[in-house]
Amino acid sequence: MGATTAEAPQAAPARRRKKTGAAGAPKTPWWLYVVVAAIVVFCLFPFYWMINISLKTGADLTSGKAYPPSPTLANYESIFQNGDFTRALLNSAVVSVTTTVLALVVGSFCAYALARLRFRGKFPILALVLSITTFPAIAIAAPLFRLWSDIGIYNTWIGLIIPNLTFALPLAIYILVSFFKEIPKDLEEAALVDGATYFQAFRKVVVPLAAPGLATAGILTFIGVWNEFLFAITLTSSSSARTVPAAIAFFTGSTQFELPLGTISAASVVISIPLIFLVLFFQKRIVAGLTAGAVKG
Amino acid sequence: MADATTSVTEAAPKQTQPPRRSKGLSERRLAFLMVSPSMLLIALVAAYPIGYGIWLSLHEYSVRVAGLSRWAGLRNYTTALGDSEWWAAFWHTMIFAGASVTLELVIGLGMAMTMHAAFRGQGILRTVVLVPWAVLTVVTAVMWRTMFQSPLGFVNTILGTDTVWLGDEPYALIVIILADVWKTAPFMALLILAGLQVIPSEIYEAAKVDGATAWQRFTRITLPLLTPAILVALIFRTLDALRVFDLPFVLTNAKSGTSTLSTIAQETFASNRIYGLGSAMAVLTFLIVMAVSLIYIRTVGGNIRGLAED
Repeated sequence: MGATTAEAPQAAPARRRKKTGAAGAPKTPWWLYVVVAAIVVFCLFPFYWMINISLKTGADLTSGKAYPPSPTLANYESIFQNGDFTRALLNSAVVSVTTTVLALVVGSFCAYALARLRFRGKFPILALVLSITTFPAIAIAAPLFRLWSDIGIYNTWIGLIIPNLTFALPLAIYILVSFFKEIPKDLEEAALVDGATYFQAFRKVVVPLAAPGLATAGILTFIGVWNEFLFAITLTSSSSARTVPAAIAFFTGSTQFELPLGTISAASVVISIPLIFLVLFFQKRIVAGLTAGAVKG
Repeated sequence: MADATTSVTEAAPKQTQPPRRSKGLSERRLAFLMVSPSMLLIALVAAYPIGYGIWLSLHEYSVRVAGLSRWAGLRNYTTALGDSEWWAAFWHTMIFAGASVTLELVIGLGMAMTMHAAFRGQGILRTVVLVPWAVLTVVTAVMWRTMFQSPLGFVNTILGTDTVWLGDEPYALIVIILADVWKTAPFMALLILAGLQVIPSEIYEAAKVDGATAWQRFTRITLPLLTPAILVALIFRTLDALRVFDLPFVLTNAKSGTSTLSTIAQETFASNRIYGLGSAMAVLTFLIVMAVSLIYIRTVGGNIRGLAED
């Protein structure tokens, strides 16, 4: 990379090169465009193929054509008439939103204390929190499979919200600590000098300033829970609590020979599109959150 | 770890105390009140199930009489470790983790370098690259199924083969690896890109002046300076790969040589209702993952310590 720029007679200074298309910026070599195009195809083509399948029915499905010869929305109509799928959307929404809100509320207190207040034992707490995010879900799912039946919350929303919190809460805490750390301390100090209590300083100064951090932690937690699969299939037994990923898997699993892949693809497209828009809309925040959670942390 | 903590906390109070003491709750009490709900919840939703899982794994359960159980000691563990199917799942998981993480690193590094170098395409790339990450894992599985399953997909048509990709032994695992690479290489790229962007460009300029070739700049500057970011991303991804469940479950029903540590444990306790053995397998997975996790926590220990500082 940059091989051509190296030989350019007068290499532009680094700061100017950052500006795309600025006059005097070195030309992007042609092969770089090829690589960029290859990456775009790599990322988007599988999604295109699934859309392609979702618009086909009957004989078209098995035609192997790269475009639907007679595009139809029949698959989309059928999934919205499927009570199991619409119920799964509701289940997913309830479980994801509840888990996210709980994780953010409880987690933001903990994260604030870790980021700002002086007390002993921060390091072990953070190490514990981080190590829980690496737990294999199977180690929680196995005991809960029995425990939930014993206490009667097998196949319920609450039975899914609790194990999802296991991972959502540490994730939220971890992302929030690094965001709280970045808020300048002076503002809080000023509030304290003006007579605010610590709790007022937290609620009136830190929380509003931390709104972008809360949004990031919220989105990442939400996506994590929306994506969750192992609990969703292990701790449910019917469509009354089954979330979208589990519902899609059960479309798949029921008949091995004649898979309704057109319908499954349509369902997959439907649930992916809002998520893709959410991610694209909050791009910057998500990338910041991911790097806070993994690279820095 | 323990002495590091004390040194950090002991170093803290020496700083000049701002005039804070009188108002509201004391700092330490407030900290306790703010931290304890999370800690209680974590104890309830993480520590308790894991403890109960270990207890389950040390017992045997009657198939005929519900609720009847007896102490089994480590028998479930010896059964699991003597089971060739468990070892098959173990090796599938290891191959999956090794292959997918390596490919993700190579492709992710290439993508990150491209994003870093491409002035015009950067915006588009940053957006496009998030699409695979945003797609649900289950949907990823469906997607790769539509591409590889014979009459629907195009893979056999293009290659001119009639391979049963999802039903034959080495191929099914290959498809699962490819699906995972597709979904996560972009994520890896974003992490590496973040690392690339903090390398000061002056270093490159200086190297150019000294006559270093592009390859030399890559191997002598970029790679060494990226190593910390790459290392964290690698361990992070390895931890994820060792827990893999969704892709084999949906793509191949964990059949055809694609069973993993998580799928075999889940099948044993949920489908076959052998609670003791299934729990033992889950605990074994937990131990394997936690061993890698320890390495992870040690690697990022400096960062955690940074966050823990006042």
